[in-house]
Amino acid sequence: MALTEARPRTKSPISAAAPVATSGKAGVSGRTFSIVSAVVLTVFAIVWLIPSLFALKTSLTDNGVAATGATNILKNWNPTLHSFASYFQAGDIWNWYAASAITSVVTAVLTVLFGSMAAYALSRLKFRGQNTVLLLILLGIMIPTQVLIVPIFQELGAVNLLNTYWSVIFPQVPAVIAVFIFKQFFDGIPRELEEAARIDGAGLWKIFWSVILPLSRPVIAAVTILTFVGVWNNLLLPLFVLSNPNLMTVPVGLASVQGSFGLRYADIQAGALLAALPLIVLYLAFQRQIVEGVTGSGLKG
Amino acid sequence: MTAAPAMTRATRTSPHTLATKRRSPLSGGDSRGAWLFLAPFGLFYVAFLLGPTVWMLITSFFNTSTVKTGLGSFAGFKNYGEMLGRADFWSAMWHTLQFTLYTTPPLVVLAFVFAILTNRVRRGQWFFRLAFFLPYILPSATISLIWVFIFTPGSGLWASAQQAVGITPGAGVLASPATAMIGIAIATVWWTLGFNFVLYLAGLQEIPRELYEAAAVDGATTWEQIRFITLPLLGRTTTLVILLQIIASLKIFDQVYLMTSGGPGISTQVALTLITGTAFTDNRVGAGSAASVLLFIVIIVIAVVRQIIDRSLARKAA
Repeated sequence: MALTEARPRTKSPISAAAPVATSGKAGVSGRTFSIVSAVVLTVFAIVWLIPSLFALKTSLTDNGVAATGATNILKNWNPTLHSFASYFQAGDIWNWYAASAITSVVTAVLTVLFGSMAAYALSRLKFRGQNTVLLLILLGIMIPTQVLIVPIFQELGAVNLLNTYWSVIFPQVPAVIAVFIFKQFFDGIPRELEEAARIDGAGLWKIFWSVILPLSRPVIAAVTILTFVGVWNNLLLPLFVLSNPNLMTVPVGLASVQGSFGLRYADIQAGALLAALPLIVLYLAFQRQIVEGVTGSGLKG
Repeated sequence: MTAAPAMTRATRTSPHTLATKRRSPLSGGDSRGAWLFLAPFGLFYVAFLLGPTVWMLITSFFNTSTVKTGLGSFAGFKNYGEMLGRADFWSAMWHTLQFTLYTTPPLVVLAFVFAILTNRVRRGQWFFRLAFFLPYILPSATISLIWVFIFTPGSGLWASAQQAVGITPGAGVLASPATAMIGIAIATVWWTLGFNFVLYLAGLQEIPRELYEAAAVDGATTWEQIRFITLPLLGRTTTLVILLQIIASLKIFDQVYLMTSGGPGISTQVALTLITGTAFTDNRVGAGSAASVLLFIVIIVIAVVRQIIDRSLARKAA
């Protein structure tokens, strides 16, 4: 369709025949290309799915069979939920889920609230020292938080917060990238909307809360989910600040029992999948927000 | 820099006398409001980002430890000297570089190829997005457990696949110092490719269709279109992807900790494993901080380079 649209434009009397001929050639090579790409892509997609599917198959296999090797795991067709059941009965997983859910949700709420407030000030208000604040925020993007694990550990120890959920939540709240994402979005909201509210006598908080935030639902969703996933997946911070087994988040809990599994391969893979289960559900529900959030932020691990 | 557009905006609205009259007293009030809006985030920023950075710089000059409170005795540049003179510091840096070299090319090339192909597929795009992106949302604990199991010596999936094609499996990918880092790199490429894939897909969608149509009319083959339109126009995404990958590689910790814990020997020990080991296992916070600062400097330099490249590319595009 697009090609036929383009054709009239090139239909000068001199080269009338040439474009038709060449576009025909491009069409053929385009079709071959499409078929080849579909085949190559499918092969790679299958390769990419194998590890997860193999883990799933293993988790549904009996521990005894799983210990005999990959070939037997693939051949065995007696799926059992035994490994998953043993996790849920043992109870540790519930503690881990609770710890991960609490820390992820609280961090996400605080990050979104505080980050959007800061972004509102930077995007909409004029104040002395604005440039300095913007510079600090820019600097903050470059600070690699993982490298700060030692001083953060000391600080939390000094204020007696080690081994509390706060020790996992607080250090992850200042996500500078969230301020940036919010600021970019707020910059695009037409000023007329809030000026009308101002003339009506609305205060800053009122404008922020009932004009700006309701317009920002997509970006709020993206930042919330990205923060949630980031905190849920974080290993480094909770690994060092939580030593109480009752408070361990899912990744830390898994890491701590990894060695004690021995040859119970099915159990290990069931644990690996249980750690990811809430995120997989979240991904399937919020695919668009997650993908848009990732491209919008350009942030990485 | 940012004040300039705000000022021009203010002058532009000046014809509306009513608006300006209402505006100026309000802007005076804005200042206090602005700081109130900044305060909660600012508090956390200072307490958990800026503060720790400053504290890390300070402790790197002292013999601080985790067993005693306070800074400990002044050490000057001794911690830095020790780190720069330690063989395991340089080997950790080398392993970090090794990891970067193993992961960056496949993460750029494969993500680019997959994105281009997915973008051309008419039906079932959702399937490829799912297949390539799903691993990215898995926790590092999950991917590590999966890959350690795949790499199980003798009976793992990897060994079985090797046997199937007639290769005698060795002691296991993760058990040999020569291949352990490759195993970690494979798991990482599998895990994080989806991120770059999505960045490239987004980049592809920004290229105007008319460019391809015009090229097709001029008789350019699909390959030529990719070579002369897609590749150059994705240059910005590629630099972004490469620099983000380098920064991410410098901070690698999870996969190493979970898959090999730095072993066999110290053959996969990376910068962050060395830092946490020095600070938490040897209880030498000062020395660990010095190593952190050195790593920090490298990361900042790369981040600054990224900013410069990004700006110059943006200027070129404008």
